[in-house]
Amino acid sequence: MTELLNLSRRKFIIATGATGLTIGVLAACSKKPGEPDYSDMEPNPEVNAWVHIGHDDTVTVRIARSEMGQGTLTGLAQLVAEELECDWAKVTTEYPTPGQNLARERVWGDFSTGGSSGIRRSHQYVREGAAAARIMLVEAAANEWGVPVAECTVSKGVVSLKGSKKTLTYGKVASAAAQLAPPLDVTLKDPKDWTIIGQPKQRLDTADKLTGAQVYGSDVKLDGMLTASIRQSPQIGGKVKSLDASAVASMPGVKKIVQIGDDAVAVVADTWWRANKAVLALPVEWEGGVAFSSSEFETELDDGLTSDDAFTGNKVGEIAPAFANAAKVVEATYNMPFQNHAPMEPMNATAIWTPEKCEVWCPTQNGEAALAAAAEAAELPIEQCDVYKLHLGGGFGRRGMSDYVSQAVKIAKQMPGTPIKLQWSREEDMLHGFFHPITKARARGALDADGNLTGLHIRISGQSILAALMPQALANGMDFATFQGLLPSGVDARVEDQTLKYTFDNLLVDHAMRNPPVRPGFWRGVNANQNAIYLECFMDELAHAAGRDPLEFRLAHLKDSPKSQAVLKAVAEKSGWGADDGKSRGLCNFYSFGSYTAACAEVTVDADGNLKIDRIVAATDPGYAVNPQQVEAQVQGSFVYGLSAMLYGEITFENGVAQQKNFDSFNSMRISEMPKVETLVMPSGGFWGGVGEPTIAVAAPAVLNAIYAATGKRVRKLPIKDQNLRDA
Amino acid sequence: MAKLKVNGKSHTVDVEEDTPLLWVLRDHIGLTGAKYGCGIAQCGSCTVHIDGVAVRSCVYPLGALSGEEEITTIEGLSEGASHPVQQAWAELDVPQCGYCQPGMIMAVAGMLNTNPNPTDEDIDAEITNICRCGTFVRVREGIHLAKTKKA
Ligand code: FES
Ligand code: FES
Repeated sequence: MTELLNLSRRKFIIATGATGLTIGVLAACSKKPGEPDYSDMEPNPEVNAWVHIGHDDTVTVRIARSEMGQGTLTGLAQLVAEELECDWAKVTTEYPTPGQNLARERVWGDFSTGGSSGIRRSHQYVREGAAAARIMLVEAAANEWGVPVAECTVSKGVVSLKGSKKTLTYGKVASAAAQLAPPLDVTLKDPKDWTIIGQPKQRLDTADKLTGAQVYGSDVKLDGMLTASIRQSPQIGGKVKSLDASAVASMPGVKKIVQIGDDAVAVVADTWWRANKAVLALPVEWEGGVAFSSSEFETELDDGLTSDDAFTGNKVGEIAPAFANAAKVVEATYNMPFQNHAPMEPMNATAIWTPEKCEVWCPTQNGEAALAAAAEAAELPIEQCDVYKLHLGGGFGRRGMSDYVSQAVKIAKQMPGTPIKLQWSREEDMLHGFFHPITKARARGALDADGNLTGLHIRISGQSILAALMPQALANGMDFATFQGLLPSGVDARVEDQTLKYTFDNLLVDHAMRNPPVRPGFWRGVNANQNAIYLECFMDELAHAAGRDPLEFRLAHLKDSPKSQAVLKAVAEKSGWGADDGKSRGLCNFYSFGSYTAACAEVTVDADGNLKIDRIVAATDPGYAVNPQQVEAQVQGSFVYGLSAMLYGEITFENGVAQQKNFDSFNSMRISEMPKVETLVMPSGGFWGGVGEPTIAVAAPAVLNAIYAATGKRVRKLPIKDQNLRDA
Repeated sequence: MAKLKVNGKSHTVDVEEDTPLLWVLRDHIGLTGAKYGCGIAQCGSCTVHIDGVAVRSCVYPLGALSGEEEITTIEGLSEGASHPVQQAWAELDVPQCGYCQPGMIMAVAGMLNTNPNPTDEDIDAEITNICRCGTFVRVREGIHLAKTKKA
């Protein structure tokens, strides 16, 4: 049996193109005509955990983090190639498994891919690993020639002996290098000497995405595999009371009807369409759900806007005297509804369970968490389980959760030895998200007679992600993550990358926690999405109330953050801010995930109130831009995600059931709505900021502020959806 | 038993007539390039060509096919990714996660079959696929680049 499983796994891995880690049988497969044949040679061992080099000099870089479109795979490979001094044209990648990581004392560190951290939280040890491999390879070449290492130079994977014509490629010395002791000390290159990092290299994962050859979790096929479709309690918290399996047992292709835990049922069939048809027809009675209504929850959110039970996230000076002495008080209330992540590929996982072993193939942003979930559901020691990661058809935070992994294993456990692919329908995916939290905010500002902002209070009311998902991370009940982008600087190093860059004399940012029974999740950009709206739409309102230019007004409060000033000034200049050209523009700047971002949007609103977003100029300073063309792609993509939410995104609940079940009611922007995006990538060096998420925050506020410029109307209720932008 | 021709090859499948073409392709014929994204003709991830015309295969029941149509999936669009759209996509690194891209590419290729020189307005009207990663800027550039390429 084990042999059979190994075989099917191997076949699968070969089909998806992985190499050295698994087995060395692949060098022969990839041989092109005329190339030397290494197939009867013993494959090279890895140089170290990060690098395997084949006899043909192919460099396989191990990537611990997940690729979900954000380009991290290519970026991490660039980091390795830079320090390895190898030939970029010979670089390929593979994912080590979470099980291998566990067995090797977490040699690859953290697998989790979220918080725009793939590169910024691993660049140091990844580059050190690559530099160590280079040192070993050069030493092996020096040993081969019997000369001191100092006699050798290396470039593009070829070691040369000074003053001679002698050369050795990495592939020739990889095996000897693997036997050497790793260096105790490595010195990384000075960024000014980089030749691969910082270059707009083409992605390593494009080719298969153009031909249908890329195997996603949904496409996994194993020998003897059956497919399952699931139905979970439509009502929050509901359990299965009864089901009538006999009603669907004889439908075409149906193999088994199973209950999963106490809150879901699934049909296993030979194909997904048959499984899904049967699971939809399966009579199920549910019980014990919660009759939650999001419109009724508004009352609780409104209560939180003025209640006394708030956690203080940031406090400077005293706001009360400022308001008492204000010449003018400005006030505005904003909201952010629940959002579904809706990655393009609905949730899925494939599992095989036997009493000895459990293996799972899945798209996950958190391989180690998926492994832990698999082991728990399998009721097997974690050492007897493993997870094989595939490229994700989108993640956006949703695939940091492992609910679908547990479910697949629980089904497979009821059919020992049979591989089971669990594929959720889009409807299940919409109904059973981990939703972007719901919040509202009331912002109040005190202006003096000269139009200076003397006091600012932002009260956030609503849902905490940490309270639901990581209560151990709460600080005396407070969820610091709620204050993302609004936190004080210099207080807690762990959240220094999410701090407020404005300087205010008197400031209070506080949070009245109001938790609905809806499970929240980390949604691309997380709380920066709404906090940027709350702060930056209000800064715009304040500037207008003070009779000041919104750019000048912002810059006055950015005096202590030259990097914020730089990105904001850059977008203003490039977009033509202040030009007397009849265009309606809106600004935004924000700092989150360690990156400085700004945007200037240009919109037109026609006489009927139809919005057209014409152009957005965006700037980001992520410190180092490992791959500028991919940074640009992330800026463009993040705008689609953020603006789709602003325009359409809203999940509402009635009687505990999500009311949006597919893209017909949870719409997403199309190409016709896409503005021109001009991206200024402005890496100023000396720090490592995130890329995938930070710019999402500036899109919606810039557009909302531009709508005001066009119409004189403030949109404070999201999504815009069916609001007429011309009706006051 | 139903017959169908996919990428120039004949297949006979034993499937209920109401089964959407998407699932016939994916589960019975083993061509997984066309993707499931919504199942209700909203997203376009499942786009394939029937006699050169882009259709959303998730709502196209097998029973509506006569068996004579030429069905083309992303796997059969070209040899070696040589279709102008694929070339342009490779040059511009259009895909992010890539999951929507087989459908996107087939939708664009279908448009170019009837309109080899689309304007931005044509693109806005004809390409209505969802891409949650947000590749639209490069999709548009890619279409304009593809117009200049030969297969
Ligand atoms: S899967 Fe067919 S249009 Fe979405
Ligand atoms: S590239 Fe990911 S959905 Fe389009």
